[in-house]
Amino acid sequence: MADAATTLPTFLGLRVRSRAGRRLLRHRGALVGGILIALFLALSVAAPLFATHDPMATDWMAVRKAPSEAHWMGTDEIGRDVYSRLVWGARTSLLAGVVSVAFALAVGVPLGVLAGYAGGWTDTVISRCNEAVLSCPFLILAIAFAAFLGPSLTNAMIAIGLSAAPIFVRLARGQTLVVKSEEYVDGARAVGIPHPRIVWRYILPNIFPPLLVQATLTIATAIIAEASLSFLGLGQQPPDPSWGSMLSTAKNFITHAPWMSVWPGVAIFLVVFGFNLLGDGLRDALDPRGD
Amino acid sequence: MLAYFLRRLVGIVPTLVLVSIFVFVLQLMLPGDPALAIAGEERDPESLAFIREKYHLNEPIWVQYGYWIGGVLQGDLGISLRTSIPVTDLLLQKLPVTIQLALMAIAIALLIGIPMGVLSAIHRGSALDWLANVIGLSGLSIPNFWLGVMLIMLVSVQLGWLPASGYESPFDDPVQNLKTMIMPAFVLGTGIAATMMRHTRSAMLEVLKSDYVRTARAKGVRERFVIMRHAFRNALIPVVTIGTLQLGELLAGAVLTEQVFTIPGFGKQIVDAVFNRDYAVVQGVVLCSSLAFIALNLAADMAYFLLNPRIRA
Repeated sequence: MADAATTLPTFLGLRVRSRAGRRLLRHRGALVGGILIALFLALSVAAPLFATHDPMATDWMAVRKAPSEAHWMGTDEIGRDVYSRLVWGARTSLLAGVVSVAFALAVGVPLGVLAGYAGGWTDTVISRCNEAVLSCPFLILAIAFAAFLGPSLTNAMIAIGLSAAPIFVRLARGQTLVVKSEEYVDGARAVGIPHPRIVWRYILPNIFPPLLVQATLTIATAIIAEASLSFLGLGQQPPDPSWGSMLSTAKNFITHAPWMSVWPGVAIFLVVFGFNLLGDGLRDALDPRGD
Repeated sequence: MLAYFLRRLVGIVPTLVLVSIFVFVLQLMLPGDPALAIAGEERDPESLAFIREKYHLNEPIWVQYGYWIGGVLQGDLGISLRTSIPVTDLLLQKLPVTIQLALMAIAIALLIGIPMGVLSAIHRGSALDWLANVIGLSGLSIPNFWLGVMLIMLVSVQLGWLPASGYESPFDDPVQNLKTMIMPAFVLGTGIAATMMRHTRSAMLEVLKSDYVRTARAKGVRERFVIMRHAFRNALIPVVTIGTLQLGELLAGAVLTEQVFTIPGFGKQIVDAVFNRDYAVVQGVVLCSSLAFIALNLAADMAYFLLNPRIRA
């Protein structure tokens, strides 16, 4: 009994995953999304290699210069190279997206699993609190958190993470309720395996796929949220480069330096589009009906 | 119907209580002494003592909550530290502007999203479907504040067709009001249109596979009739509920749109309040948007109940 309980789900899990992997590789959208993300990831990791100028260096002789050979995407209002700032801004955006979603997962998944697995009063209390937080629109909540914590990139990431956590609480709870009623979990309980081990060994691996899909899509939302907070002045603080803060400054120079507004927006769009494509692809690939 | 409504109404009471606690607790996140944050420049001991007394900051936290919720229940959300105007009055002044923006945005979203979703589902797998999907996903990926900036650049600066910013009350000058609001509403509506399109498409695909649609086709009913009468009407049920919920999200989207187009609404209010450290206003906005969201949830539930005969049964 114990053997069956320990081998079957893992075996099935592996089979599903490998099939899903094949489906994911065949999914054109996911492939395009993956390539876009890989490009931006490379850009952010190797920013010093890709950047042509110091992103903070001002040049008063080259203020608001249109794109040229020296400055591929032009310069901003104090002569900084827009392309180099864009390259370094990729690091801020991806970091904010990944860290805030990791934070949301770290807060949301344990609470959701606890609510779903324990049931009863624990479930009622966690679910009710979660509903209360969910009833505030995501961005307004993130702005409120950022306002009370103070404006900085770290606080923006905490604010976005805290605002996104309820989505994971709800998803993890729902998935745990489904997995909890499976026979192999009953079997594990019947042979006396302790609850934390059941959760670690049987619940978490089986609720992982939908969480992965949601996490990918939430990274896209988090990147837009970080850009939004930085646009409002509540995220990355000047002079450090961030796509949102670049846009915030650029909107004051629409008439004289339109290039300042175009590129940061294109970059946000492409990376978010990439994560959305990958998330959609993952959802299709992990859907058992896909076969 | 009434019993269902009352049951749902009673069900949201604990959520409302928790929301109020959550909004109150927000101020505890303020670093340092809240009296110092409220005092601003006036930091002499007498002023601080007066503020602590006035705002009951010397009392235990649950007593402070009691005072606060007592005021909220009577419509008193506190006083704006910046303008000394009651927060409730301030929000009531701004809310109609945002409601107009949200309603215009949802109308644009419906006009774009639903026909695109229906066409995409009918022509599944075609180039049109592919294009609609790419447009839909792009709509979700474009930050609306950037779209706003781009449209200002094109429509206002280059073409000079519409004003780039400002606001005119519809009661003073309806034409100018429409001119100032149409571009922000379009910007705000595109993201929602993308969501609507994706939901309409999947709902239509689901319905088009159902037995009653197959039966209608087998009976020789004209395709247009099958689509509009049998499929679309039923696919609309989840779309209506999602559309209602999206209105809540529009409140959040309005924050950025109002900032870009300098519209003096609810969203701009929270941003101004954040920078003025006007925490009572921030709390007021969070509380009001949460209440609006809960009310819209209830409305969505009721719409689902009214439209779906299976639940009524």
